[in-house]
Amino acid sequence: MEIVLAIAIMALGAVVLGAALGFASIKFKVEGDPLVEKINSILPQTQCGQCGFPGCKPYSEAIAKGEVDINLCPPGGLEGVQRLADLLGREVKPLEQEERPKQIAIIDENTCIGCTLCIQACPVDAIVGAAKQMHTIITPLCTGCELCLPPCPVECIRMEAITENLDNWKWKFPVVEIKAAPMQKAA
Amino acid sequence: MSHYLFILVGAVLVNNVVLVKILGLCPFMGVSKKLETAYGMGAATTFVLTMATGASYIIDHYLLIPFGLEYLRTLSFIVTIAAIVQLTEMVIAKTSPSLQQTLGIYLPLITTNCAVLGVPLLNISNGYNFIDSLLFGAGSAFGFSLVLILFAGMRERIEGADVPIYFRGVAIAMVTAGLMALAFMGFAGLDKYQ
Amino acid sequence: MLMNLFKFKGGVKPPTNKTQSLGLPIAQAPLPTRLVVPLHQSIGGMPRPVVKAGDKVLKGQLIGQADGWISAAVHAPTSGTVLEVALHVQPHPSGLDALCVVIEPDGRDQWIERTALDYQAMTPEQVREHLQQSGVVGLGGAVFPTHGKLTASKTVPMEEMVINGAECEPFITCDDLLMRERAEEVVRGIGIFRDLLQPKKVLIGIEDNKPEAAAAMRAAVSALNEKFDVVQVPTLYPAGGAKQLIRVLTGKEVPASKRSTDLGVQCFNVATAYTAWRAIAHGEPVVSRLVTVSGNVDAPRNYEVLIGTPMDELLKLANPHPDTDGIVMGGPMMGFLMPNNQVPVVKATNCLIAHSPRIFPPAPPEMPCIRCGSCAQACPHELQPFEMYWFSRAKNFGKTQEYHIFDCIECGCCSFVCPSRIPLVQYFRFAKSEIWAREREKNAADGAKERFEFKQLRDEREKAEKAEKLAKAAAAQAAKKAAEAAAATEATSTETASTSAVVEATPTVAVDAEKEAKKATILAAMERAKAQREAAQIKNTENLNAQQQRDIAEIEARREVIQPAAPTAVDENKA
Repeated sequence: MEIVLAIAIMALGAVVLGAALGFASIKFKVEGDPLVEKINSILPQTQCGQCGFPGCKPYSEAIAKGEVDINLCPPGGLEGVQRLADLLGREVKPLEQEERPKQIAIIDENTCIGCTLCIQACPVDAIVGAAKQMHTIITPLCTGCELCLPPCPVECIRMEAITENLDNWKWKFPVVEIKAAPMQKAA
Repeated sequence: MSHYLFILVGAVLVNNVVLVKILGLCPFMGVSKKLETAYGMGAATTFVLTMATGASYIIDHYLLIPFGLEYLRTLSFIVTIAAIVQLTEMVIAKTSPSLQQTLGIYLPLITTNCAVLGVPLLNISNGYNFIDSLLFGAGSAFGFSLVLILFAGMRERIEGADVPIYFRGVAIAMVTAGLMALAFMGFAGLDKYQ
Repeated sequence: MLMNLFKFKGGVKPPTNKTQSLGLPIAQAPLPTRLVVPLHQSIGGMPRPVVKAGDKVLKGQLIGQADGWISAAVHAPTSGTVLEVALHVQPHPSGLDALCVVIEPDGRDQWIERTALDYQAMTPEQVREHLQQSGVVGLGGAVFPTHGKLTASKTVPMEEMVINGAECEPFITCDDLLMRERAEEVVRGIGIFRDLLQPKKVLIGIEDNKPEAAAAMRAAVSALNEKFDVVQVPTLYPAGGAKQLIRVLTGKEVPASKRSTDLGVQCFNVATAYTAWRAIAHGEPVVSRLVTVSGNVDAPRNYEVLIGTPMDELLKLANPHPDTDGIVMGGPMMGFLMPNNQVPVVKATNCLIAHSPRIFPPAPPEMPCIRCGSCAQACPHELQPFEMYWFSRAKNFGKTQEYHIFDCIECGCCSFVCPSRIPLVQYFRFAKSEIWAREREKNAADGAKERFEFKQLRDEREKAEKAEKLAKAAAAQAAKKAAEAAAATEATSTETASTSAVVEATPTVAVDAEKEAKKATILAAMERAKAQREAAQIKNTENLNAQQQRDIAEIEARREVIQPAAPTAVDENKA
């Protein structure tokens, strides 16, 4: 008799709580996922595809779903991984691929034939030109994604590393060299 | 009046859940890396703990004791706590999705937080009435939040310090927590005036 | 006259070391062997060169045209021939190079035709334009184009104009001697600024360790019947900082987020006023400035130096001691060690200090911060250097901004007093440049994202339009076919079927032929390009005989020597 009473009470409790939770889940339904926007704003927007996704937005959607790791983006560097880790509360891992120095693409005007294939390939519209007209890459707009190199039929595009100049020079982290003091002679 | 004050001070400082009773260490260690998450976790746990003490008192007094089902205490308390935590999760998901992401797995883990189960059980063993248990529950939750926020603040500063490489991360956090517990032992003398 | 002076918190009193260079009057530095004039000498846009190698220039001739509103022109410091417009090492701590105009003096020092202007007959815009074209920039050290500071705020009336003759940094005495010897022209220059800004009061702030300069300025002010107040401020570093002097003289505290004109006050250096007067009344653009040469030298002195003089030639005039191992541009608190001794003097150079381990002992190693708070007590902006240091060190740049790191003027008071010898200012400079770099990257990334999203929008729009067009064409085709079928119902069914089949077949055959022709032209172009590239390749690199190999080795050895000095392809593209 007692057992039945116990089971009845537990069942009653379960039903009441279940109903309450069901009601709450409908009332507090969450649409969409603003987290994807936050992740996307951390990614460097090179749209290079090195992470395996066709652009930065699909990669951020995959991260938000929890399908992939956060260390697949070389242009973001280790710092990007750290910022993603801070935002999502995940572990910081070293990058999957080697981080290369920032590069920009340059078209060799002598060899360019004006075919517009690189203009169609550039994901950020950094190449100016028209059919049978000279093509040129606007250097400050180039993100170094290298997507213009394969389509060029005459291989006139090359990548150059961005050198330091007075505009982008940064102060280095202060390091004071500790030199060994000369031995003091005994008094 | 002084009776309520003693219960409150006792719950917050003298018998602090985390540093004196050593309950609820999982979120204490896991969520204290940043101050913002600590605030969020403190608020969530306070909400859950206060509601849990109230609900468990009512269940115990009006459902379990009249029918002589004291052996169902742990079971029914856990079920109540789980439901309350689910509710809290839904509310947080609606109001602050980023907080939900940062709290991560620790939000549903409030269910298994030994402090959240321990405080209602302590209420019963201390023989408190409804108001007293609510006060004790709220006070314990406040003490938990207080210590969590203090600890998070300290961890944030230790982040930027020159910690020896093998101590970085959880190791130095454990050392700090131990020192904080030592400090809170100083409140033990307040018991004398109860 | 009695005036209530205000105080600012903090500040330090380092040994002034000024008496050495005050003994002798200003001397003219002789013409150097060549002048390397950097084009970018002020904050703002980079001036464009308007001369090329081989041009003959006169003293004061325009060689760099201002680019935009915040930019100032650059002029030839003496008459001679332009040797080249090329990249040279800049007097900047990075040691990087930028475009300079190198002039070989012809010894005649011949001026361009100079015309005196009556500025009171000109409109304010014309005066500002003339100052920009004469290259007048702030000579206190910030080298901001002065014409940009000569417009009053539209909403706040200009109450005070502060003239900075404080010169608080040790070793530097060029403003002191300028005021002693050329006070009248300084006061006339201040008059120009007064007429453009129309403030209610003009306050000339001079530190009280310069009594002769203050007396000379007072005499000049009364001789010219001006109503300027010459005020002596207590000697304290950094009372000569613009915000500190404004605070001492007017009591106003200018935050980093606002301009000083928003509080009705503007600040100019005495040397700037002097060059403004020379530019307007004598038609002389900025081609020289006063430089104090001091430190590890026998004869410290102030010289009037042509812009572009190599620093070692200037230093030789003061007889540096043999153990001099570098040149510091600026004072000991805020100056920089130059990358090499041949860098040119620029408009920002107010002092050269010969550096030696005897006067400037090497920095002791940094010890842990003991949180004594001396740095916070010394900071003239009431910041908390120990907090900014903690977070800069941990690279937590968000927190450094919470502690107002951009309010820091890098005066060096905190590093001066730190008992643990921490180079605090270096950490703040590091943090600031990192924050700026991140902002630049973020702006670039946001721009890239916008363009990417627009490109996707455009691609989809084009696809939709194409699909629409195809649908319309297909509908037109279907309608045509239906009409044909209706018209040809009398004819036999096979006949109609064959004609329609032929009608369908010929377009596709034509399209195929067109495609083939296109493919052929593309292949031909690719072959041509490949041939071109091969023609440009180096041939004959195999099967060399011994003599050829020796020649090549010699050339390679020579190339290795000159390679570091040559500009790279990327720099050429940028320059």
